[in-house]
Amino acid sequence: MPEPVGFYTDTTVCIGCKACEVACHQWNALPARNGGQVPLSGQSYDNTTRFSDVDWRHVRFIEQFPEDRNGGRWLMMSDVCKHCVNAPCLEVCPTGSIVRTEFDTVYIQEPVCNGCRDCIAACPFGVIHISAEKHIAQKCTFCYDRLQVGLPPACAQACPTRSIQFGPIDELKQRAAERVAQLQAQGQTDAYLYGADDSILGGLNSFYLLLDRPEVYGLPSAVQARLPSRSVWPASLKAIGASLAVALGAFLSFGRRRDAVKATEGHTRSP
Amino acid sequence: MDLPHADAILIMGSNMAECHPVGFRFVVEARLRGAKVIHVDPRFTRTSALADLYAPLRAGSDIVFLGGLIRYILENERYFREYLVAYTNAATLITDEYVDAEQGAGLFSGFDPEARRYDPRSWRYDAEPREPEAEPIEPSLADPASFSQASLNRTGPPRTDPTLQDPQCVFQILRRHYARYTPETVERVCGTPRDVFLKVAETLCDASGPDRTAALCYAVGWTQHTTGVQIIRAATIVQLLLGNIGRPGGGILALRGHASIQGSTDVPTLYNLLPGYLNTPSVHKNHDSLRDYLLSEITPTGYWSRMPAFVVSLLKAWFGEAATAENDYGFGWLPRITGDHSHLPMFVAMMEGTIKGFLAMGQNPAVGGQNAGYQRRALAKLDWLVVRDLYETETASFWKDSPEVRSGELRPEQIPTEVFLMPAAATAEMDGTYTNTQRLIQWHERAADPPGDARSDLWFTFHLMRRLKTMYAESRLERDRPIQALTWDYLDPHENAGWKVADEPSARLVLKEMNGYLTATGQPLSGFGELKADGSTACGVWIYSGIYAPTPEEPGGHNHAANRHNGPTWNALDWGFSWPANRRILYNRASADPAGNPWPKEARLAAEHGDGTARGYVYWDAAARRWVGLDVPDFPSDKPPDAAAKPDGIGLDFHDGSSPFIMKADGKGWLFVPTGLVDGPLPTHYEPYESPVVNSLYPERQSNPVAKVWNVPGNPYAAVGSAEYPCVLSTYRLTEHHLSGSMSRWLPWLAALQPELFVEISPEHAAELGAANLDWLEVATPRAAIRARALVTRRIRPFVIDGRTIHHVGMPWHWGYKGVVTGDVVNDLAALVGDPNVTIHEAKVFVCRVERVAGSSVARR
Repeated sequence: MPEPVGFYTDTTVCIGCKACEVACHQWNALPARNGGQVPLSGQSYDNTTRFSDVDWRHVRFIEQFPEDRNGGRWLMMSDVCKHCVNAPCLEVCPTGSIVRTEFDTVYIQEPVCNGCRDCIAACPFGVIHISAEKHIAQKCTFCYDRLQVGLPPACAQACPTRSIQFGPIDELKQRAAERVAQLQAQGQTDAYLYGADDSILGGLNSFYLLLDRPEVYGLPSAVQARLPSRSVWPASLKAIGASLAVALGAFLSFGRRRDAVKATEGHTRSP
Repeated sequence: MDLPHADAILIMGSNMAECHPVGFRFVVEARLRGAKVIHVDPRFTRTSALADLYAPLRAGSDIVFLGGLIRYILENERYFREYLVAYTNAATLITDEYVDAEQGAGLFSGFDPEARRYDPRSWRYDAEPREPEAEPIEPSLADPASFSQASLNRTGPPRTDPTLQDPQCVFQILRRHYARYTPETVERVCGTPRDVFLKVAETLCDASGPDRTAALCYAVGWTQHTTGVQIIRAATIVQLLLGNIGRPGGGILALRGHASIQGSTDVPTLYNLLPGYLNTPSVHKNHDSLRDYLLSEITPTGYWSRMPAFVVSLLKAWFGEAATAENDYGFGWLPRITGDHSHLPMFVAMMEGTIKGFLAMGQNPAVGGQNAGYQRRALAKLDWLVVRDLYETETASFWKDSPEVRSGELRPEQIPTEVFLMPAAATAEMDGTYTNTQRLIQWHERAADPPGDARSDLWFTFHLMRRLKTMYAESRLERDRPIQALTWDYLDPHENAGWKVADEPSARLVLKEMNGYLTATGQPLSGFGELKADGSTACGVWIYSGIYAPTPEEPGGHNHAANRHNGPTWNALDWGFSWPANRRILYNRASADPAGNPWPKEARLAAEHGDGTARGYVYWDAAARRWVGLDVPDFPSDKPPDAAAKPDGIGLDFHDGSSPFIMKADGKGWLFVPTGLVDGPLPTHYEPYESPVVNSLYPERQSNPVAKVWNVPGNPYAAVGSAEYPCVLSTYRLTEHHLSGSMSRWLPWLAALQPELFVEISPEHAAELGAANLDWLEVATPRAAIRARALVTRRIRPFVIDGRTIHHVGMPWHWGYKGVVTGDVVNDLAALVGDPNVTIHEAKVFVCRVERVAGSSVARR
């Protein structure tokens, strides 16, 4: 049995290069949103802006500058699926599509997914999205295919500054604790770990070293991130019903989607 | 790779985290080990975000900031005295004919206002005149040393004052020159708060000395100025004063503009250099024969005295058996330069009709060129244009869709240029090398066949010349002899077995020629020490010699650039090959004290991170009577530290045993440059050619008096302090794109990350303009006006200079009119104006006007 693995993301050494986003797209053969023609967001250097069915990694940019600019900082963080120990998506999945792998990661088995979207509602991190092409739930696979042949995930391998570290989860936690202690000793007293203990959903297999409140990074606090309290059986029934409705809806919307695609193609390339 | 051992890293003139993200890992590693990282820049960038200390400065005021550091080090006695006295020219006396710019209202002695040129003779060392030889020596290649002996009279041993008290010594000249560069001056001219500047100075000094070293990183943020070379010179002075050159964790790291730019200056692709930093013959010098060339180019003292062997071996590599002692080894076949033929003047000549044809290989001047509109109009004057690239770039398509064509100014049917677009292979589709910033040459192997008709640059160049040789084979004209004589045999069909392109030339054979070989047998040489001036050796790039040296396993030559072993220490001598001689730190004799013992820092590093036996980085082993250590010593291996200089000696005999800078005539690190620069022996502050403010240090001397300026139609400049163009503009690059975008804007994954051109402005500036984030702004210079979306951010700050607020704006220049994402060409705004030493353009600072485009808030797409 392989050891449980995870990601430790040290945001203090992230340079916002987005190599992780590109590596993720490349390895997983994910297309660029709208063929690469997306609007300028105006939100710092973040033009990805959120997770999507084709954006499983997302680098956030947070500009914190007081009016006089003294002590200003530009925080960057590469975000991804947390591969929670108690994963709400896995709990609510009615078809058993979402499973825990032998590496302790959370994985969507595509052929089993019926596109019901319950997992989307259950995820407190906004990680999961329905693929516009495949009509099933999509998120970070933790490069399950790479793990199976002994390779690190593509994002961690591409990260030039080792902001994204991959390894056995216990080892990562120890390394992260040492880094926090180092930062604290250097006077960086706001450094702390998010998701390394079991307070959030029993622990996050992708945990972070942060310098500000979780909300600043678009992460829920421990209070907000809670496992769905419903008992599993009625929830599943409900989910099956919902998934049927969604499937029907998706079927009916095929025609509309084709029209929408045509309308998009009608737009000329931006000048 | 050496950066993790720095105790502090000053990054200035570089956005290293964004533009060199992979190299920046070593900065991060240093920081994790406790090094202080300092970033000095007009903008708060992704590099600033990871720095311990960020200091803002107004673009173009770098020499004031660095001059302030120099003054701080001198006046607070923070210099490394033992290093300074022994290893630099601090103690050297300068002739009393020299007049400093501080006395000359911004001009050094020797200025000719008519010609706008300096005669540098008054900057020379004060030396005893030599006794003229009774009988002048007639140099001959039979005795290569005779060239040095014949020109020895040019450099007598200079007078020195090791107490550093003599008013004519470099140390005292430096003190006087930088006396006005106080923290107050820095604050007033650079806009850097005084306390922040002092914090930078203290941090840097605290991390330097016998037991610490600090490194300095720069990039095109320093070079792209009309004072670019002098800014780097100022950094050299800082590092020499602090004793940070030639030592681990020290140095000045020139982060190059993109991959293998270092290689293209070594080999090179520059008009004024032959391979290995030998000057191209010029009609303006006495270069009529090989003898005249060697006599006028040789530096008789120092390692360059071996130049005859390098030149003759190069000619043997190029012209083979056709190169003989009788015909000057074909020296007469080399083309002569008639002036400055670099990029900017080349396009002026194109516009003026002198240049009729142009090959653009891996270059996109229609977007990347300065005053790009001028350059596109110049392309439209050509008879023919060949573009080799991965995509149809803006340079290839200018004739049908450039802004000039769209506006109706140019009409395709009236453009005479015949354009040939040739598909190019990408790096992974060819064998070859990258030479990185730290002179590390790494081999890469072909991993896939190129698609369709795409071919490597090597293939194109090889087969183009092969066809030319066929065409000229029967010619009897003397001018066609070099084409006939050129050796051109790089095919090794075995290497192409199993690959699509059967006639791909062998990059390995090119590398072997660069390495050098015995002309009689073809046996590869072990290094440039074996080069001869008698035609018995050939060598394509003398500084690369050793890269294909034989090993016991491969007596016919081993590709050392392909080595991939980390080895026991951080400098990883078995990873790739670092020129010269696989040496990782240049001038590393300076990592030991004058007596040859390791400085304390080197002793500590060797103990903690060494191979278990070395006592220092490079040091004198008194028992073995050799220089030894973790690196390849950059010094004659058996010359003891107490060796005396020979005043009449040539080559390294002229230096004593504690002169580490073996390429310099006097063996010293040059704080003061007596010869070699065209704009002064010391860096001094001039405003950029276009500036919103008057030069407050020299009101009569606004900008570099010898800057390269082109007063030609289509290239107007803004007047100093122009009310029409009140803002400062810097152009720059983003991590997400590559240069003119020709390797990134066509890739949807990268295009999506930075999809649109923007202009970064401060909230204060935006408020003045009445503009909101994402509004369309027009940015105008005397050359052009373009549109971009506003990105309003406090990372940009207004600078208060002499009580006046100067708005600074920044624009990345990756967009053009082709590709997945498009946008206006930012380089249309820039001017043709250049540094006088190297003609690099001034893209990091010029002036502009910014206006909100009316109704732009609703113009969102």
